[in-house]
Amino acid sequence: MTRDVAIVGFAQRQMKEFDGSPTCVELLVPIFAELFEQTGWTKSDIEFWCSGSSDYLAGRSFSFVSAVDAIGALPPVMESHVEMDAAWALYEAWVKIQTGLVDTALVYGFGKSSAGQLRRILSLQMDPYTVTPLWADAVSVAGMQARAGLESGAWDQDQMAAVVARSMSDAAGNEYAIRSKATTVEDVLAQPVYADPLRRWDCAPVSDGAAAIVISAADTPAFDRLPGPAAWITGIEHRIEPGALNTRDLTVSTSTTSAGAAAGVEGVDLAELHAPFSHQELILGSALGLGDDVRINPSGGALTANPMFTAGLNRIGEAARQVWSGSSQRALAHATSGPALQQNLVLTMEARA
Amino acid sequence: MTTLAAVIGVGQTHHRAKRADVSIAGLLREAIDRAMADAEVTFDDIDAIVIGKAPDLFEGVMMPELYLAEALGAAGKPLLRVHTAGSVGGSTAIVAASLVEAGIHERVLTVAFEKQSESNAMWALSIPVPFIMPVHAGAGGYFAPHVRSYIRRSGAPDHIGAIVAAKDRQNALKNPYAHLQNPDTTVESVLASQMLWDPIRYDETCPSSDGACALVIASEDAVERSGIKNPAWIHGTQMRSEPTTAAERDQVNPHAGREAAAALWKQAGISSPIDEIDCAEIYVPFSWFEPMWLENLGFAEQGDGWKLTEAGETRIEGRIPVNMSGGVLSSNPIGASGMLRFGEAALQVMGEAGEHQVDGARKALGHAYGGGSQFFAMWVVGADKPNH
Repeated sequence: MTRDVAIVGFAQRQMKEFDGSPTCVELLVPIFAELFEQTGWTKSDIEFWCSGSSDYLAGRSFSFVSAVDAIGALPPVMESHVEMDAAWALYEAWVKIQTGLVDTALVYGFGKSSAGQLRRILSLQMDPYTVTPLWADAVSVAGMQARAGLESGAWDQDQMAAVVARSMSDAAGNEYAIRSKATTVEDVLAQPVYADPLRRWDCAPVSDGAAAIVISAADTPAFDRLPGPAAWITGIEHRIEPGALNTRDLTVSTSTTSAGAAAGVEGVDLAELHAPFSHQELILGSALGLGDDVRINPSGGALTANPMFTAGLNRIGEAARQVWSGSSQRALAHATSGPALQQNLVLTMEARA
Repeated sequence: MTTLAAVIGVGQTHHRAKRADVSIAGLLREAIDRAMADAEVTFDDIDAIVIGKAPDLFEGVMMPELYLAEALGAAGKPLLRVHTAGSVGGSTAIVAASLVEAGIHERVLTVAFEKQSESNAMWALSIPVPFIMPVHAGAGGYFAPHVRSYIRRSGAPDHIGAIVAAKDRQNALKNPYAHLQNPDTTVESVLASQMLWDPIRYDETCPSSDGACALVIASEDAVERSGIKNPAWIHGTQMRSEPTTAAERDQVNPHAGREAAAALWKQAGISSPIDEIDCAEIYVPFSWFEPMWLENLGFAEQGDGWKLTEAGETRIEGRIPVNMSGGVLSSNPIGASGMLRFGEAALQVMGEAGEHQVDGARKALGHAYGGGSQFFAMWVVGADKPNH
């Protein structure tokens, strides 16, 4: 028996290069202000704060410590942090609400990839004794994954190009997208190969950004004061797979399948999938068994902007916006972490009358 | 809360300056295997894993839990990675407890570690950050002014810090896992050691350690179905944070610590901590933090914490024994140090603390703090189920 919890606020910023500190505190302050405007709440209505970010991305230890400045000084807050995409911070906050200790939470994530060389930094996620010394960078690892699927016949270049074309075309309606314009499959295939078999457009753009979401239990007075609609969480589950690339079939995502099965994917009409590479969207769609009638990534998805440690949370926020507006009755949001879709989270939500 | 939760297994490594005999995964498995053996469970019984550590730059591996997933027994399961600075070992245990208390999982494995010898902590802490005043002198340089301020405000005599250091090092001799094993440490020898950051002397500082700690936390149902007869029931958990710099902060007696403690005592149904708590494992990386935190936690009135220390009341046989294991002053694998406090508190109420057991301990405090005295995590565990 779980407590009913809803997503009731979402604010974001995505950009190619953020001209500010790696803690993005200058982005978080206006984002929090926007959320207080959306909810009509103040700091004192938030009972739990939880964030997701990475020290390595910021190039310093304790990068989340300065981000706490965005919350404001005293009184102290109940607060926690995961060294993961903020989608997992949302999971921790949802768990905290389930314990009954708190009723409301604000979850935020931030990342400034432009401060370093992202694909090289991410090579430090590999086995430090045997793989990191080879500097297996993130784009090359994704390229090996794409190649595995092309050779096994799991997908082809046209399908990958179709994902890119649809994403970039849909992103035209997203003011925060970095890559957006009406694009055809032919346009994509005409692009030069960047990391064989990947073209640049097959890879998410290096992005900076921050985002935050407010969630609330239904059985609290603060919830009754909310002016806007709610997207009710019906399931939230996550799973991880082994790190070593040679111990798993890179053309499938068993952790996404099991997280999806546990969260309950039946009946979703829309999915925001966190796929930083085009072929990964194909893997995720198959892993979740999404049919042709499910609308995928109307925001443009991670291929059009992918702020690290925030892009997964953005998928949840973008799906919630579709539920709030009535465009979706039942939506799925997905977040990924680690090389080649190693770790995956699936959240389902629905509109209620 | 949907269900009660209890610690049913505690494991830790032998903490040393350099554990060159094991990889990061090997270090973690040493603690995990001991915790699972203590809990009489295997990986098949574990529903989820929560891992914590301090900055990734301490090992030079970005999000090491990704590469560690298989060694942690996490493949196919949920894995969460917590990082809340020095308090992380405590907050990691709290996140694990909440997964059980929320009714989501039956048994959760939680582990925290630091393998400082893989990288260089001084380097990791010394990267210049724009617009932020550099500390330059390490953590001791940051905290020394707070200690000086405490001495001025409380009028404590100069040798109080040395009493704490000598006590904790003597306690460490009763703990086979402790890093420092210095039988000759006395108040006099501490006072004779080199002054590093006035008033903090060399022997009043924590070592730099490799080490890990793991706990198995189970629901009330799972405890009843297990063979464990002496679980450590979780009576309350709290976390509070405040920013590093704000004019109204009191870094000697931080608001966040006071508020976390007040909420914790209320949650655990405790009205007089010094009378109702039998022993405490408190995060004391520099000796003077024992009296400072005794006050911040409400064991003593403001300005009186040092009197408990001076009167010997924080020794194992005292009124409120503190850091029976030797504490952070004797072993400091940073990311694990908080979980060691939480785990040692559990061992006390389980009656499994060996030579450093407090006779008849029924209720114990585990405490951790981090950052610039701004992140606090704490729990109360008891031999009996909470009755409120």
